[in-house]
Parts: sequence; structure tokens; C-alpha cells
Amino acid sequence: MRVASSARSRRRPPLLLVILAGIGLALFVMPLIGLLFKAPWRDLPELLSGPTVADALRLSLLTSIAATGVAAIIGVPIAWLLARVEFPFRSVVRALVLLPLVLPPVVGGAALLFALGRRGVVGEPLNQATGLVLPFSTWGVVVAVTFVAMPFLIITVEGALRNLDTRYEGAAASLGAGQWTVLRRVTFPMIAPSLVAGLLLTWARALGEFGATITFAGNLQGRTQTLPLAVFVAMESDRDTAIALSLVMVAISLTVLIVLRDRWWGAS
Amino acid sequence: MNTGLRTCLVAMVTAVLTISCGGQQDRGSEVLVSAAASLTDAFVAIEEAFERANPEIEVVLNFGGSASLREQILAGAPADVFASANLANMDVIVQAGLTVADAQVFATNSLAVAVPPGNPGAVAGLADFARPELLLGVCADGVPCGVFAREALARTGVEPSFDTNEPDVRSLLTKVEAGELDAGIVYVTDIAAGEGRVEGLAIPPPINVVASYPIAVLSDGEGRAAGGAFVEYVLSADGRAILDQYGFGAP
Repeated sequence: MRVASSARSRRRPPLLLVILAGIGLALFVMPLIGLLFKAPWRDLPELLSGPTVADALRLSLLTSIAATGVAAIIGVPIAWLLARVEFPFRSVVRALVLLPLVLPPVVGGAALLFALGRRGVVGEPLNQATGLVLPFSTWGVVVAVTFVAMPFLIITVEGALRNLDTRYEGAAASLGAGQWTVLRRVTFPMIAPSLVAGLLLTWARALGEFGATITFAGNLQGRTQTLPLAVFVAMESDRDTAIALSLVMVAISLTVLIVLRDRWWGAS
Repeated sequence: MNTGLRTCLVAMVTAVLTISCGGQQDRGSEVLVSAAASLTDAFVAIEEAFERANPEIEVVLNFGGSASLREQILAGAPADVFASANLANMDVIVQAGLTVADAQVFATNSLAVAVPPGNPGAVAGLADFARPELLLGVCADGVPCGVFAREALARTGVEPSFDTNEPDVRSLLTKVEAGELDAGIVYVTDIAAGEGRVEGLAIPPPINVVASYPIAVLSDGEGRAAGGAFVEYVLSADGRAILDQYGFGAP
């Protein structure tokens, strides 16, 4: 391992690849530079100290973490079934699960509204039985965000499970470990890096979710107005606040992605 | 495979040539109109009638929020005519010296309360926007319809309990149509365009807010003469009749 990596660093990379990668990187860096140049640095503390910002930040962290938790509980079983169990229409099920990746989030939000809204196909009986109303509530945000973000977890974990050498699990089973013990002691530890990567991607997508949230859950400060919604509304009336909020989002996302990546991904 | 690729390339080149040549040919008789989103239905009808009366002129409509259209025009986007949903956005363009003459108000609009068919929340008017048990929507503050709605509510002295601040009047209307909101404050013209998917409750004149729609020919556009003809048509009796049909009031 050590030998391979030192050999890798000694050889010079092909120039063409470096140039193409540089152009690609510029595409990601340029918008950030634009944001930094337009940022009202002097007024930043004042712009960010308002109650709107605090509410949006709190709500964004709460809903994105909740959505990641929900995705872990119901998404990982989907990934496991898709990777390990032969069942009819498996490719159809996989396509359905990955649909939110290609669907415009606004369409997803509208579909959720027609299904789970107060007058929705599922939402109406649910509302009559339990009194639960999802749209315009914080739970509605969690539902919308989970819908859009969970495919990232499923696709990552399913890929890891497929690449896993099943002989380890077989060995554990032959030594008398039950199915749950194999899952807990062998399977999950072996796919841990992918699991963490998937959870991280899911959380990042959840934090940035806009279209499905505003369409399904609406926009109310303190209840459903997450950071992306606050940015969008501010863009129409108060551009400085919008840029300040965007900087907060960039800072949070970059910090988490860099720190967690170094700790979990890089180490493996 | 190879033939398929070649056919595809030929089709692409043809498409590009058609687009560029078409643009050049029509340039002299084309008029590009940037209009507020709330004018969509009325201006599509006016375009049809205008082109029937002036077959040599081709009208191209560009709809958007008045504020973002204003920003586009200030940034130098090609447009021959600007029709705004409020005076403030037009004033910016006039003061920047980008219009041929002063803007003229050609239509007015006012607010109404939209409720789902059957009015399940038994909403009677703006006073019901204080009822916390209802799901109530409004346009976000900063969007013209949101500014007007808050103005009207302030006049009634009602302390509203909103459940959502929608980014534009169309998305607010969609949620009322779906029955997810018990009521929302929209424009009278939106209820006319809703064709029975929502019911409208009138807001009486002393409380209601009147929005004025100004229109002007822009000085930077290449289709200035054609633009003048279009504006004249909007202000004419024929234009007035179409605007009436879509619920816009006379200035």
C-alpha cells in the first residue's frame, strides 16, 4: 500500500488530464468566487443576526438531520433487499427508488401534495383517522426532504453490498452466527465507509433541498422555512441577506464535508 | 450506427442554420414584449388579435416577475416593450432613461380571496384570516401580490395567522385549488383564469388595493416602431375589450 502510493506521487500526471480537471474545477469554484465578491462583508454580522436567519438555520439543521435518520432506518433495508434478494420486478423497484434523482423536485413536491396532502389520496383518510396534516408542517419538510435525498443513501449502500465478498458473511454464518449477528458484526462494519459516505451525501442533499419543500410544505418562518427557502425569498427583495445566507450554507456544508470526509472516508 | 450519427449531425446543423437564418429574416418586423406574469393569459390573447390585424409584425412574449424583468432590461436584455404589474418597477426603467416616452397605465387589478370549490373552511372574507384553525396562504412579502395583501389586511386591522408565504401567486393558487389551503389572497384576474377550480370572494373597495399596470416602449430595442404599434393596440378599444374579458379593470 505504502509502496504503491509513493510510486503514484513520483510519476508526473498527464498534462491533458490536469488541464481538463482544472477546467472542471473552475466550474465549481467560479460561482463561489462570485458569491464572495458580491458579499456585503461589513454588514454581514447585522444581516445574519436577525430572527429569520436563526430560525431558518435551526430548522434546516433539524430537518436535514431528521431526514438522514429516517433514510438510515428505511433506506438501508431497501438497499439490502435490492442487493441481496432476488424478487420479481426488482429492476422496476430500483427505478422507482431512484426516480427522485431525476424528477424535478417541484414535481416531486406536487406529487407528494396530491398523495399526502389534506385532500390527497392517502392524506385524506390519514387525516380523518389521526388528524395529522403534513403540508405546512415541519414533518412535511422532513417527508419532502427524505423523498429527495434518500436515493443517495440507497444507491451508495446497494453498490457497497454488491461489491462485498459474501464469503466473509458465509464464514460467519458457518461458524454459527445468526442472520442478525452477521449483519451487525460482519456486513455493516465492512460497508461502514460507504454507509457513512451515503449518509453524508443524503444529509448534504437534504440541507440544500428547495423545490419539493416549498411545493409540499410551503414557506413559513420557524415552521417550514429552511435556509434555501429563506435565500430564495430574500433574493426577490433583499439581495444582501440572500448572499449572506448563501455564505452560511456554503460554510456549513464545506466544513461538514471536509471534516467528516477526512475522518471517515480518507481513513479507509 | 454510422449513418444514424451522420443523419443526427445533419439534422443538428440544419436546425442551427434554420434558427440563425430565421432570426435574421424576421428581425425588422419582430417585437419583443417583456410582460408581468399576471398578464400571461390576457397578453397571449392580445398577441393573437394584434397579429391578425398586423400580419407583418411578429410578437414574441417574454413573461416573468416584474422585478426580474426590470433587472433583465437594466442589464441590457433585448426588449422593445415593457409591461409591469406595478408602478415602482416601471419607474426605475423610466428614470434610467430606457423608455421612448413616459409609461402609460393600461389596466388595473385588485385583490380577492380565493377558496377551494365549496368553501370547506366557510371563509367569508379577510376577517377570517385571523382564524388559527384554518390553513391560510398569502404571497411572500416583497412579491407585489404579497405587499398588496398585507396592505389590505392592515386596513381591516386583522392580525393574520398565515401558514405559508408562497413565492408567487400561481403557486398560492395551486394550493388553494388542491384544497390544501382553506383560503389565499390573490388577484381578481387569477380567479377569472381559474375557471371554476377556485371560488372568489370579493374584497370591498375601501379595503381593497388597486394595482396599476404601466406599459412603455423601450428606447434600446430594435423594433421600436413595431413596439409603438403594439402599445397602441393594448391601449385601443380592441385591447381594452380583451383585458376586460380577463378581468383587468380600466385605468
